[in-house]
Amino acid sequence: MTELMPAEGVFSLIWLLIALPLAGAIVLLFGGRRTNSWGPYLGVLTVSASAVLGVLMLLGLLDRPAEERTVEQTLFTWVFVGDFQADMAFQLDQLSMVFVLLITIVGALIHVYSLGYMAHDPDRRKFFGYLNLFVAAMLLLVLANNYLLVYVGWEGVGLASFLLIGFWQAKPSAAAAAKKAFIINRVGDVGLSLAIMLMFVTFGSVSFDDVFRSTSEASEGTLTAIGLLLLLAAAGKSAQFPLQAWLLDAMEGPTPVSALIHAATMVTAGVYLIVRSNAIYNAAVWAATAVVIVGLITIFMGAIIGSAKDDIKKSLAGSTMSQIGYMIFAAGLGPIGYVFAIFHLLTHGVFKAGLFLGAGSVMHGMNDNVNMRRYGALKGLMVITFITFMAGYLAIIGIPPFSGFWSKDEIIHAAFERNAFIGIATILAAGITGFYMTRMIAMTFFGKPRWEEGVHPHESPAVMTIPLIILALGSTFMGMALLFWGNIESWLEPVTGFASEPTPLPTMFYIGVTLVVVIIGAVIGWITYGVKPVPIDPPHGSWLTRAARKDLYGDAVNDVLVVQPSLATARYLSWFDDKGIDGFVNGIARWVGLLANTLRRTQSGLVRSYALSMVGGVFVVVLALLLVRMN
Amino acid sequence: MNPSNYILLSAVLFSIGAIGVLVRRNAIIVFMSVELMLNAANLSFVTFARMNGNLDGQVVAFFVMVVAAAEVVIGLAIIVTIFRTRRSASIDEPSLLKY
Repeated sequence: MTELMPAEGVFSLIWLLIALPLAGAIVLLFGGRRTNSWGPYLGVLTVSASAVLGVLMLLGLLDRPAEERTVEQTLFTWVFVGDFQADMAFQLDQLSMVFVLLITIVGALIHVYSLGYMAHDPDRRKFFGYLNLFVAAMLLLVLANNYLLVYVGWEGVGLASFLLIGFWQAKPSAAAAAKKAFIINRVGDVGLSLAIMLMFVTFGSVSFDDVFRSTSEASEGTLTAIGLLLLLAAAGKSAQFPLQAWLLDAMEGPTPVSALIHAATMVTAGVYLIVRSNAIYNAAVWAATAVVIVGLITIFMGAIIGSAKDDIKKSLAGSTMSQIGYMIFAAGLGPIGYVFAIFHLLTHGVFKAGLFLGAGSVMHGMNDNVNMRRYGALKGLMVITFITFMAGYLAIIGIPPFSGFWSKDEIIHAAFERNAFIGIATILAAGITGFYMTRMIAMTFFGKPRWEEGVHPHESPAVMTIPLIILALGSTFMGMALLFWGNIESWLEPVTGFASEPTPLPTMFYIGVTLVVVIIGAVIGWITYGVKPVPIDPPHGSWLTRAARKDLYGDAVNDVLVVQPSLATARYLSWFDDKGIDGFVNGIARWVGLLANTLRRTQSGLVRSYALSMVGGVFVVVLALLLVRMN
Repeated sequence: MNPSNYILLSAVLFSIGAIGVLVRRNAIIVFMSVELMLNAANLSFVTFARMNGNLDGQVVAFFVMVVAAAEVVIGLAIIVTIFRTRRSASIDEPSLLKY
């Protein structure tokens, strides 16, 4: 464990990284209509300022020796009850640093892109406010030095995600998708909150430093429980099996949101959580195995769904699920995988953001139509979008020297270090990736035009294409830069640990096999969708295609297992409330009413009958007195 | 003189008054019956005061008379008002204050 260094110099401004976008969000969301004209530019400015600050901090960290790169800044004691203490404190280390750079730089590019994409939306001020709020919450999540503060950021990004998925809430499908994402995320959040409670009970603290220092004191059973609960949290946030159903619907949000939150940053928070908690998973083998299994299942689910969807954004969302599956899978492999999980996360964050923004640019030119069956032959009309999309395409399927090749290849290699079976599975999934991405570009950019009437495809304005170009450059060179120049393994090693195990065959063999499988997948995709004409009406398809179009029955399973039982319980409780509790109360009221109706007849209004009752009363009293006297 | 005769007379007068209140309809007669009951009570007070040789009962009798006089003033005024509006002194007819 490395020493915690006090925050000095540029690091005394760690809080400002979060405060800038937070201030932007507050000004934009509470400033009202006055900020309409300059608000979006302020939103871009705050995130860009954070990005500049992040780069300065990276330079500051590079100046220091590796063991002094963990900086801690405590602002104040946040919660202090009995033995429990949680500080408002930030920890900037090599892991947080790469996340800060990913969030702020990709975030700033997407903010700039949104200036063009949302130019005609009447609520764009609110949009930029929510985006700023998201960036602030996400930075809090990765900079926190204890799990409770992570939880605050975790909920913050969940809230921002909910608000942005439902940004066009007038559309019922968007409102439903937002609610769905929020509710499924709550299931994962229960896992995180239970894990935090268990950590406090076991270790007496929730700060990273204390927990990781004392993992050896806890029993393996406890650590496994914490690990599985953290996995539940990660599955919710990162759309992993079995909580994957929300991500595809989340594509109802504006495309920049899909790029920033549902591809590049928020959905990778689960990977961050697992890699951050590496001390726990290293000591809990079964929890780590569960992580591998969840990752592996999701790699295939996402890839199969991505292969069948005709909606370009949903196809990309399936691909995101699959790629995050790779990261979770790598994180479950232990010290041989943590570094590559983060490496793939960074390269994926850049090339998937580029792909989503490219898809947004295509939609922008096609009157917001998302159906790839109505695209085709766009390569000549959207040259910049096409070229940048191709860079992302080559990166995601893993063609050297594009960035995805380096990171995915390292994960596949790490899988073979552990077990040949899971290694073969990851190669197979890489082949499916080649298939569905080729299908996507073939349907979108090649073939014959299948446009709807009245659509005139055109290239997007420069404010949208410049971020695309920057992200495309990142997709091309970032993998090499991080691996050879940035030396990502030794950079992350102090935080995550790093180990390498020998594989039975030379590394070049695995690279070769992976490339051959990917190219086979791509060629099948090209023959099916590039050479043959694409029908406008989707063909019936095999049973697998039909299942994948329905998200592999994820919604149906949730419906049977959760929704219908809850509805039945709710209906029963409502009936019990109506008939049982209300019936009892109303019954008493009815009896009192009946009695009162009978008794009020005695109020006849006749003075003499009142007098008679008085006389009768007096007689009774006198008789009683006499009886008492006699005894 | 036997005090029980006075008590008996008082009881008889009270009973006549009580029955009068219960059975008669004319408000004036009912009113007179009430006065009879009050005076029956007065007679008992005075009798017991004589028997026990202190003045408390006599004093109470005076108070009862004063209250009765005041009550007569208000009661008669009410009866006259009711008679003016309804052309009747029956106490059964103004039975509007009921369920």
